[in-house]
Amino acid sequence: MSLSGTFKDLTSKPARAISGVGERIGEMPTVSRWSLIALFIVSMYLMPWWPEVPVLGWLVDTPGTSFEGVITDKVVIYVLVALGLNVVVGLAGLLDLGYVGFYAVGAYTVGVLSSQHANLPWLVCVPIAVLVSMAAGVILGTPTLRLRGDYLAIVTLGFGEIIRISANNAEWLGGSRGISKIAKPPNIGPLKFGILDAKPYFFLGLTFIIVVVFLLRRLENSRVGRAWNAVREDEDAAELMGVNTFKFKLWAFAIGAAIGGLAGTLYAGKVRFINPSNFPLQLSILFLAAVVLGGTGNMWGAILGGAVVAWMPERFRGFADKRVFVFGVALVLVMVFRPQGLIPRKIRKERWLVNWKPPESTPQSGEAEVGRG
Amino acid sequence: MADTVLSVDNVTMQFGGVTALSDVTFGIMRGEILGLIGPNGAGKTTCFNVITGVYTATSGAVTFDEQPLAGLKRFQITKRGIARTFQNIRLFPDMTAIENVMVGVDVNHKTSVGGALIGSRRHHREEREGRDKAMELLTFMGIADRAGDAARNLPYGYQRRLEIARALATKPKLLCLDEPAAGFTPAEKQELMDLIRRIRAQGYTVLLIEHDMSLVMGVTDRIVVLDFGKIIATGSPAEVQNNPDVIAAYLGVPDDAA
Repeated sequence: MSLSGTFKDLTSKPARAISGVGERIGEMPTVSRWSLIALFIVSMYLMPWWPEVPVLGWLVDTPGTSFEGVITDKVVIYVLVALGLNVVVGLAGLLDLGYVGFYAVGAYTVGVLSSQHANLPWLVCVPIAVLVSMAAGVILGTPTLRLRGDYLAIVTLGFGEIIRISANNAEWLGGSRGISKIAKPPNIGPLKFGILDAKPYFFLGLTFIIVVVFLLRRLENSRVGRAWNAVREDEDAAELMGVNTFKFKLWAFAIGAAIGGLAGTLYAGKVRFINPSNFPLQLSILFLAAVVLGGTGNMWGAILGGAVVAWMPERFRGFADKRVFVFGVALVLVMVFRPQGLIPRKIRKERWLVNWKPPESTPQSGEAEVGRG
Repeated sequence: MADTVLSVDNVTMQFGGVTALSDVTFGIMRGEILGLIGPNGAGKTTCFNVITGVYTATSGAVTFDEQPLAGLKRFQITKRGIARTFQNIRLFPDMTAIENVMVGVDVNHKTSVGGALIGSRRHHREEREGRDKAMELLTFMGIADRAGDAARNLPYGYQRRLEIARALATKPKLLCLDEPAAGFTPAEKQELMDLIRRIRAQGYTVLLIEHDMSLVMGVTDRIVVLDFGKIIATGSPAEVQNNPDVIAAYLGVPDDAA
């Protein structure tokens, strides 16, 4: 069986109803639903103070490194990346092994425009970087999205490497020395983006995530999301049902790339120094692991997966040089016990359908209920 | 013929050295149910695949609504008004029944990424229209009670009918059914025949591939018989039924007669 075939088997099995949390929240009255969502968002913004909460603190704290640093430098960025990659891999079913390339394009655009060749402020660089990443997605996607499965995976793998190696060899991108003195985000009132306090970066990243989630939800629940799902489920059938598969695959690529680029701008603005070795192939694999671990095709899964993959190695710092091993074992265990990921993709049941009653005239047919139960 | 919806002219389809269709010519009139029959391997599904753009014919032309289909992409052909079902069911298994049908309805919609992101008025209108249309079709097919279930969890007969509902959702001028009764019991086949008649009564033109002779005889207006990629007979069910070539193709020819 082909690589991507196996991959699809691993990740596209239907989810059994696991928790039903989403459905239960969906059925709540509007007021309580929204207060719950608000409460959730507030608790996320309070994350830098989580280690001070009794039990939770012991659970999440990262001994040996600053928890604040972990959530700003890694968690927020991985979550954003996982959200973007989930569009490509989870929704449209396109196996992308070079996603780090878009992340690098975003970071490098900020580097070039705010330090290397110009002195634009960070905030101006962000939309430009997102557009440039998106363009990179379109440029990569236009010739390659005619390929399927394994071939696409190989070409994207190459893309990630091309970006890194080109950056390494291009003097105008700083070569292997990279780019330093990249602009930082502007101070907003009491939020001072400096070296001492990581919190403002965290708040900014979290805000980006919330905006991205909001926009992606809209896409998922639209003709676009349906087209992506149809392409993932059966590309030929989708095309024969009138879905312009190439166009929607290209959109998935472009949107995924844009979100990856956005994560890159955040990274560049935080560390303020980038070089090609920040964007190794290993990162692509880790990003993919985040999506698969969290639950391919489920936005909440991608968020959780990104957070876990970013945080776990830091949590296990106590194991010193065995921590990567512990991390690997943890990943394998999750995949053994939850092969569809931590939060598997759910069959979407629209809310209006829950209350829908079949009309009286529905003819009853006495067929065996194959495949149910 | 003024009111020919689809005409297949001298279509030949070769795969390497194998000729799957050889100089096939037939037409479908608006509003009729045309049966395409033939023994296994006669080229029926290949013929479907040429019409719907899955294959490009080696030679010959397919004309739909007085426009040639050559060079069109598959989804464009569907947009023009040819929809099909598959011999082996090919639904979107992890999507709900209603979503499957909504994908079909979306053919005539225009909302793309921009409209969905800003939640444009057209997006909302099309979503509402999609639901209503899909629900209407599921009700018409008698499977609305399982609208919210994943396609893969539906009983076999429901899946077959869901495929037809999804094809109808694209508002086709020509509906191509590829062995819709495969695996059905006689009672279910009877039900399906009624359904096909009801579909035609709604104004659709139907091209039906079928193996089961009784089904084809009962429901079609005209029949084209294929054997080894060639048309061996065309005519009304009664004519075809008594055609010696057809009988020979289906039942074989005794050794001494050959």
